[in-house]
Amino acid sequence: MNLRRDVFQAIADPTRRAILTLVASQAMTAGAIAANFDTARPTVSKHLQILTECELLGQTQNGREIYYHLNPKKMKAIADFIEPFRSMWDDRFNKLESIMKNYKPKK
Amino acid sequence: MERKTKITAEDGKQEIMITREFDLPLELLFKAYEEPEIVEQWMGNKVLKMENKKHGSYQFENTDPQGNVVFRSNGSIHDFVPNQKITRTFEMENTPFPVQLEFLEFERLSDSTSKLTMHVVYKSVAVRDQILKLPFAQGINMAHNRLEDIVKHLN
Repeated sequence: MNLRRDVFQAIADPTRRAILTLVASQAMTAGAIAANFDTARPTVSKHLQILTECELLGQTQNGREIYYHLNPKKMKAIADFIEPFRSMWDDRFNKLESIMKNYKPKK
Repeated sequence: MERKTKITAEDGKQEIMITREFDLPLELLFKAYEEPEIVEQWMGNKVLKMENKKHGSYQFENTDPQGNVVFRSNGSIHDFVPNQKITRTFEMENTPFPVQLEFLEFERLSDSTSKLTMHVVYKSVAVRDQILKLPFAQGINMAHNRLEDIVKHLN
């Protein structure tokens, strides 16, 4: 499912941004996170799943409970707002390189 | 794939530096900037005009996959020295973004490798930061649109 492909999709949703803010201060269980929202529990679970798949959230098992915590490494990738600009140019230059590797001079 | 393209954007400055090393001889790298048909292929736009000489000018047109014109861009060419450098301006038409100045330098590293340094100067620090954030913002917008599509299909 391509909905979860990257972190930018993950942070595009306001509820997901709110979840990230919540767990920024402390690791929380799904139940504790859901208690902060009016939305149905399965909806919150879905958001947690997306954030986990994007590696913005990590999970740690503590007894029978699963705690969600922020993955600072991935958050840094978002903070680095230049990265999409860089990868736009990188894509272009990669294309340039592969085109010119196959370039046959006109006679 | 390793990150070959580097961007240097120092805080509080109105310029950026884009550098890239290519597994291409210098002449082939420069040709990719010189020949309109090749520019079209890797830039993904249409070249409406391209006069590669001092006091020359160029105009590009970007279209979406349906063929609608998204935007046009143009600029003046101030200097054009084959296999060495291109100095030009760049402006996106019908946008609030002011014109920017670009210094492109082409360097030979070995017989089969070369390097491009693109020094871009913007009107102000604020303009520079805004332009740097464009692809970031587009990424978020695309995500929004995709979410909207998905929600629509749920109903």
